[in-house]
Amino acid sequence: MKQISEIREQIISGLAQARPDAPDINGSTRIVQDLELDSVAVMDFILSVEDRFDISIPLDRVADIVTVDDLARVVEGLCNAERA
Amino acid sequence: MSILDKFEQLRHTFERVGSGGHNPFSVAFDRIDSATEGVVDGRRVILLGTNNYLGLTFDAHGIEESVRAVQTQGTGTTGSRVANGSYAGHRQLEHDLAAFFGRRHGMVFSTGYQANLGMLSTVVGRGDHLILDSDSHASIYDGARLGHAEVIRFRHSDPEDLYKRLRRLQGTPGSKLVVVEGIYSMLGDVAPLREIAAVKREMGAYLMVDEAHSMGVLGEHGRGLAEAAGVEADVDFIVGTFSKSLGSVGGFCVSDIEGFDILRVASRPYMFTASLPPAVIASTRSALQRLAEDKALRTRLNDNAHRLHGGLQRLGLHVGPHVSPVVSVELEDVEVAVRCWNALLDGGIYLNLALPPATPTSRPLLRASVSAAHSPQQIDAAIEQFARVTRELGALPAEAPQIDFAPAHASAG
Repeated sequence: MKQISEIREQIISGLAQARPDAPDINGSTRIVQDLELDSVAVMDFILSVEDRFDISIPLDRVADIVTVDDLARVVEGLCNAERA
Repeated sequence: MSILDKFEQLRHTFERVGSGGHNPFSVAFDRIDSATEGVVDGRRVILLGTNNYLGLTFDAHGIEESVRAVQTQGTGTTGSRVANGSYAGHRQLEHDLAAFFGRRHGMVFSTGYQANLGMLSTVVGRGDHLILDSDSHASIYDGARLGHAEVIRFRHSDPEDLYKRLRRLQGTPGSKLVVVEGIYSMLGDVAPLREIAAVKREMGAYLMVDEAHSMGVLGEHGRGLAEAAGVEADVDFIVGTFSKSLGSVGGFCVSDIEGFDILRVASRPYMFTASLPPAVIASTRSALQRLAEDKALRTRLNDNAHRLHGGLQRLGLHVGPHVSPVVSVELEDVEVAVRCWNALLDGGIYLNLALPPATPTSRPLLRASVSAAHSPQQIDAAIEQFARVTRELGALPAEAPQIDFAPAHASAG
């Protein structure tokens, strides 16, 4: 079982690399609005998260993701469902 | 408060793009004179952004057939084929398309957009999986949204990434359908279809190829990338359009799959829309025949593609990675791109401006598409205008780009 806290930390670390100048990224940071990532950058980031956790996030789930915590929950669900 | 307030940001962007002269997203032609020439705001322009790859919009036989059809069968069918019935021409065109592609079945849709909507929303359903190239056309994404399959993306033209995603789905119930395009419409790059077909074979998925921009362009007989790459047997569904190399409007799917015709009473974008009018069917059939018989069209198209791609590359502009009839120049800055586009139009060259997020790289594109009907002089005139405009507006990149020769599978024709 992957812990959501661990997943969140890894997502935050990935976003910090994508936006090194962004101040204090946390669970409630909104990925598009707060970090001002354009749609191509968001897609690249999601693809890298998928690689990191060896999952594929269905597009309808991507559409519901706003914050870092939203993404962490989706990743947790997919990781743990696949390993269940 | 207005119901349209949510579009304020879009309205602002749209108006800003149009503030420098013409609005690239609402160009109105005074007149179209031929497949390669028209008039905008009283100025004669070379049409270099119309996807009219074989230049058949003014084909004499096509026009004759179209006129005859409208005179003998009327202006429209006034309804869907399921409700109002099919005309003989609908069936004949489907037969022609199936024969051209060497397939058992063909189905015609009222636009290319609807072909993707109709197929992708229907062929896969709840419990199935759609695996889309991340740079897919809007019609593919919209078709995916209209249906009930689970949709995932793989990295653009990356067979290894596709393999990884199919591997993750192994053991999951449901059919898997991989969707790619022959030539991608924004940069004109060609999919690595041989490698994608190998992945599909190994992993037991279905494969659909959208040959919208590659039909009549690639392959010895013009059947598109599947023919050029030698993998037609691996492609379960080919979709395409009549509004590019066939010079009219409409879309289609051909396939060998058993039971194909059930889609006619299952696919809502096929069932609940008016069918193509007789004049369109007639010119499309004529153009398909010309495409199949006149290989010189593809040779001229290919020559023109090389001439424009090579010419712009020699200027030091960033062009797409493969030589194809879509020749796009990537610029750094949206404002500069809008100014270049206006200056090109004022200089007598009409082409497309593509802005992020509709572009694959977050950068603006000046997107040209060449035609077999362009003369070498017209292509040279376009290159000259590109040279003048990009120099005057400082749009040439600081460093000359690395010259990137197209791989063997990528050349047009």
